[in-house]
Amino acid sequence: MLNPDLNLADNLFDDPDQVPQRNGYGDGVVEAGEKNKNIVVLCCDLTESTRSLAFKKAFPERFVEMGIAEQNMAGIAAGMAFSGKIPYIASYATFSPGRNWDQIRVSICYSMANVKIMGAHAGISVGPDGATHQALEDIAITRCLPNMMVIVPCDYWEAKKATIAISETNGPVYMRFGREKVPVVTTEKTPFEVGRAEIFKHGKDVTVIACGSLVYESLIAAGSLSKEGIDVRVINCHTIKPIDEGIIINAAKETGAIVTAEEHQVHGGLGSAVAEVVSKDHPVPIEFVAIMDRFGESGEPDELMTKFGVKSRDIIIAVNKVLKRK
Amino acid sequence: MIVSQISDEQLAFLEDKANQIREDIIKMLLEAGSGHSAGSLGTADIFTALYFHVMKHDPKNPDWEDRDRFVLSNAHICPVLYATLAHAGYYPREEMMTLRKFGSRLQGHPHRGILPGLEASGGPLGHGISIAIGMTLADKIDGKRRRVYCMLGDGEQDEGQVWEALMFAGKNKLNNLAVVVDRNNIQIDGFTEDIMPMEPLNEKYRSFGWHILEVDGHNIRSIVDAFDEAKAVYEKPTMVIAHTIPGKGVDFMEFKPEWHGKPPNKEEAEKALAELEQIKSLGGKITCEHH
Repeated sequence: MLNPDLNLADNLFDDPDQVPQRNGYGDGVVEAGEKNKNIVVLCCDLTESTRSLAFKKAFPERFVEMGIAEQNMAGIAAGMAFSGKIPYIASYATFSPGRNWDQIRVSICYSMANVKIMGAHAGISVGPDGATHQALEDIAITRCLPNMMVIVPCDYWEAKKATIAISETNGPVYMRFGREKVPVVTTEKTPFEVGRAEIFKHGKDVTVIACGSLVYESLIAAGSLSKEGIDVRVINCHTIKPIDEGIIINAAKETGAIVTAEEHQVHGGLGSAVAEVVSKDHPVPIEFVAIMDRFGESGEPDELMTKFGVKSRDIIIAVNKVLKRK
Repeated sequence: MIVSQISDEQLAFLEDKANQIREDIIKMLLEAGSGHSAGSLGTADIFTALYFHVMKHDPKNPDWEDRDRFVLSNAHICPVLYATLAHAGYYPREEMMTLRKFGSRLQGHPHRGILPGLEASGGPLGHGISIAIGMTLADKIDGKRRRVYCMLGDGEQDEGQVWEALMFAGKNKLNNLAVVVDRNNIQIDGFTEDIMPMEPLNEKYRSFGWHILEVDGHNIRSIVDAFDEAKAVYEKPTMVIAHTIPGKGVDFMEFKPEWHGKPPNKEEAEKALAELEQIKSLGGKITCEHH
């Protein structure tokens, strides 16, 4: 059922491995740092939680403890970038790129500073910490910035590969991670290229375009729907900007209906990005699985994913709905 | 204060240069029709000291690896930076008159990358100090000895980011960094001590781990000497509190908050230029002696 060319995890539908995406950043930045001595990591008093700790241990002279000062962190990163460094700045996404958006806009993006912004604890699945710490707007506020690249990895391996890949791109990047362990969908051998979405499952009736933890939920939904005779294409769209227009337009043309799925506000995230492409080039009906313009709350991750409507069940409902509009 | 290394001839050259820069600021702002007069005029002596005496840089080779850096944090006073860069030879002087105009490299607030000599973009207050610290930190990691200079506005002290940055620089003992704060006592809405009292600035900076110097910001000899002293300070970044007169050199602009953010009209510009011409005929002696 899965695209055989991509070496996806073969235990995906049975008992997939569970690892937080942020671990992929933690391992990836150490690997990138071994290759490139200009890589530095800055962190705002969240070194363990953001998984910057391994880099700190491996390269203490290239690790900078900022204290709880995200605005200063963004500015210092810009200055370091102007002097040849490649700073990865890590905090929770609500604080960076949330609290320091102005610094990211002017000191980093307007100035084309080569800074990589690592936003941990994004999404409703952050859980018990509640709404203040659940970043649900971060894709929207970074996607709108000129020069910014935005990446939402689906699992550990993708986060690791993306962390390494962006060390070789010049310019600002925002990458978001969740807090929780999520199923490992890909493997070390799965191809990854910045800006290139992948068809994780072929299908002809409808396309689900997802990012982050919703890629797994989409594959589960597609599995259930195939039993009802609905052939769902699933696209992993890890790069929200620049978005892979070709794969989206082809999906619109070939399947005639699209569902987007993300752990983010419905306004301004992946769904909006997909709709911008589709409405311009090949309009087809779209349904959005996302957080519907409200703040999160405390609870266990799975309780919240269910309550806020971002589970495979919700994708199935959206697919049935969009097919009626086809 | 260490013994000054600057000769009388050098001083006369710098004072004349500062006055030329003031004249160009008036002309640029008149032509632009908008922009910030008071801070630009008030810091011309400091900019002249930095770009024509203190800093190691090469206008013909703006990307020279080992150059000293200057970051303007109170970036709204960029007319003085633009005029100084033109006089230093970073770009043609006639281009100064394109300030704020369509297609110009002299944007209303600086845009890094489009004009040689601009080390950072700026506009939102508080940004530049962090950028300057980041440059200094990168050099420290690499063991490079180039120096980083930064100017802060006094009204800018209202921004929380400034204090995040000051705390960080103190902690990291960034001795290759010298920041000058333009203490002219005005901001857009009025006098700084009415808007948001910041004194005692000297004690605040000191308690954040900085070496503090206070100078008359129009006495070029004092300014140069302060930056020289900063080079001799180890284990601490240096903060030069430069007491300046906003609108310096143009009598009807001096000390007036209303001149913070507006340009002169044609009549006012003519009057201003006449005053600056008069100062020139006095041999550039517009500074007071400071002991």
